Amino acid sequence: MSEEKTYSAAGEVAQVRLRRSRWERTRIALGKAPISAWFGMIVIAFYAFVAIFAQFLAPFGEAEIFAKADLPWAMFAEGQAQHFFGTDQIGRDTLSRLIYGAQNTIGIALTTTILSFLIGGSLGLIAVISGSWVDQILSRGVDVLMSIPSLIFALMLLSIFGSSIPSLIMIIAVLDSTRVFRLTRSVAANVVVMDYVEAARLRGEGLGWVMRREILPNIMPPLVAEFGLRFSFVFLTIAALSFLGLGIQPPTADWGSMVRDGSRFIQFVAYDWTLALPSLLPAGAVALLTVAVNFVVDWFLHKTSGLRDEH
Amino acid sequence: MNTDTEQRGEKGDILLDMRDVRIDGFSDERWHHIIKGVDLTLKRGEVLGLIGESGAGKSTLGKAAMGYAQPGCKIKSGSIMFDGMDLMAATEAEKRELWGSRIAYVAQSAAASFNPAHRLLDQTIEATVGHNVNTDEDARRDAVELYDSLSLPEPNTIGERYPHQVSGGQLQRIMTAMAMSPRPDLIIFDEPTTALDVTTQVEVLLAMRNIVERFNTAAIYITHDLAVVAQMADRIKVLRYGEEIEDADTNSMLTAPKEDYTKSLWSVRALEKPESPSDDIVLDIKNIDAAYGRSVKVLKDVSIKVPRGRTVAIVGESGSGKSTTARVVTGLLPPMSGSIEFNGDVLPAELKDRSKDQLRRIQMIYQMADTAMNPKQTVGEIIGRPLDFYHELSGPDRDKRVSELLRLIELDDSFIDRLPSELSGGQKQRICIARALAAEPEVIICDEVTSALDQIVQEGILKLLLRLQKELGITYLFITHDIAVVTAISDEIVVMFQGEVVEQGLKSEILQPPYPDYTKLLLSSVPEMDPNWLDNFVDARD
Repeated sequence: MSEEKTYSAAGEVAQVRLRRSRWERTRIALGKAPISAWFGMIVIAFYAFVAIFAQFLAPFGEAEIFAKADLPWAMFAEGQAQHFFGTDQIGRDTLSRLIYGAQNTIGIALTTTILSFLIGGSLGLIAVISGSWVDQILSRGVDVLMSIPSLIFALMLLSIFGSSIPSLIMIIAVLDSTRVFRLTRSVAANVVVMDYVEAARLRGEGLGWVMRREILPNIMPPLVAEFGLRFSFVFLTIAALSFLGLGIQPPTADWGSMVRDGSRFIQFVAYDWTLALPSLLPAGAVALLTVAVNFVVDWFLHKTSGLRDEH
Repeated sequence: MNTDTEQRGEKGDILLDMRDVRIDGFSDERWHHIIKGVDLTLKRGEVLGLIGESGAGKSTLGKAAMGYAQPGCKIKSGSIMFDGMDLMAATEAEKRELWGSRIAYVAQSAAASFNPAHRLLDQTIEATVGHNVNTDEDARRDAVELYDSLSLPEPNTIGERYPHQVSGGQLQRIMTAMAMSPRPDLIIFDEPTTALDVTTQVEVLLAMRNIVERFNTAAIYITHDLAVVAQMADRIKVLRYGEEIEDADTNSMLTAPKEDYTKSLWSVRALEKPESPSDDIVLDIKNIDAAYGRSVKVLKDVSIKVPRGRTVAIVGESGSGKSTTARVVTGLLPPMSGSIEFNGDVLPAELKDRSKDQLRRIQMIYQMADTAMNPKQTVGEIIGRPLDFYHELSGPDRDKRVSELLRLIELDDSFIDRLPSELSGGQKQRICIARALAAEPEVIICDEVTSALDQIVQEGILKLLLRLQKELGITYLFITHDIAVVTAISDEIVVMFQGEVVEQGLKSEILQPPYPDYTKLLLSSVPEMDPNWLDNFVDARD
């Protein structure tokens, strides 16, 4: 047998992956997801459902005021099924406000996170690709922003620009984008030195192509994981700002201000424990979503980081 | 503690006996057979060379000899007896006791195997002292002796340094000292010189061979380089797709290989291209000086003339400025002084000042095809992009051209949808060639394009490049340190040393004596397929 017969380029052995559709791959991945990830996904789906259909789910209006304040489960005592979780200090239905709160809080947090990723991500990529003075200016600027404690900085900016929802979103997005910038810059720095990026530059490709097509697809896993975490943080920041009175303004319902409003009843808990519910319920809603998001992020990170259990 | 004789036994005793070993690996949600029933016996003091292409299962088998299966693999069946001990039945604790004291492992990348935060001497004796083979004091004294016998410079103090303070070749020798420190019965060398320069490789090989001989240690030497294994091994075993092809002692394996596959491995080095001179200069590099940042000059007054439709090979060890020259030509590194003329016109020094057409005419192929292709793009996208970018082809026209290019590089349409991770090493490099061809360039710069490939795949790539040159009249600027590749492909040779051009001329002129000193060293350091080559090399040097 001659050497030509034993060797052919196309015949070389390589690991060809089974062709699977995106749906099939998702299904296989879901099938292997641990129970914590399932829990997280179900909770997130439930929240999303509530947030999207808040108008239809809420028994009463967001700012609707009823004549008298009710304690939770007051109906059991009085025989009238009206306010399941009672009403707050000015007689608004707690359950309805919780449901509307999901819409406002999650919607604003999501918008803010997306915006902060757009800003931080693109600037991070530009810094890495351009290098030299562009990188220096952007990175030092970010350092300056990060050197001021973000909550205090946000409070300051909110009192300057007024706490409307658009300015709330913009301010938190910009402050948060500094973290995204740092992450993007550091993960992209490992990709930008790859020969394929150099090959694209030698070809004469522009900044946009190198950013979107050569680098971005290769840094997606850490960015997606960070997105989940950032979402939780933004969510908590908004709740914290609302708690301090500078976040989402009444009568718009959101969980942070509900915790603040309810907190003044806590001192009476010694007489009736259900009085803790108006603040504990929204606080619990925040906590549950944060935990759920982190479960899913953990699972995703584990899956994409190539960590695998030993067989 | 055992005395030397007790532990070592007689030369000629069987130390390691592996029977019908089968190993499975898990990937893509399935178990694959990696080793399909291989027998391996090793006597005390014997060196066995394990060769084969990548993916043949050499490393997996080598590690199995220690009773170890890397994550994602499992030893399914067979027996592994090490000096009367059944490694298949041994517990993890028993095996750990063995590893690092009686069996040692030398990895391909010494740089990645040392802890950068600890001194070399501490790491050298760590396993020895940790396994109570020797006392700390004795082990330290012994390590210095080992350094000395491995001809490391300043053996008394080199151990006080940190890994980044010594060169790659020295680090590899220190790793050998580390493996030798507990006086193991068996050392497994896993491609220990693959990452080194030819001139460094010789030193490391020599040091390893001497020390293995001196302590009568058995060794398994894993490599894909036949010429290297010929120097080291008493016996050679050829593996392919997890099966044994042939097993014979080195001399008979080299002179009379039995199997066709083995013969084909041997024939690779016979490739040779007849040179043809030409005066039609396409690329004229004139008096280039270059430096990275403000540091010392990496290139000093480099002038190279590249004739059209020919191959100019730039040879030299790492740090000689070969790759920097390529970076200057491509515009990635603007030179401090000097100019580059392309078809008689001066090329702008900076990449961003060059026109699209100028960029198109000079293409580049990289050493590591793995990193030269975006892992998230399919073959169709990778080859299609230059078509779209330079020639504004799209839709069916583009698809048609992609198919043509795939056929040109001897692949077919079934590859269009594949991702780089689904290609073998040789296929990846072919795709990179196709991407360069898609631009329809005049000059292709090939930066060590075959050095990461197995011999048989290397030959395929070289033949392809030669064919493309003949059919399309492409000019190659071929950077390599492998003299066998140079004879196979070049018309002219440029020898570089420490940023300067030592010689330029036709292949026949350069490869014939009289040589300048450096060219001579470079040529003589390339291992040949002769088991006595290393001895002759030493004799000639002394």
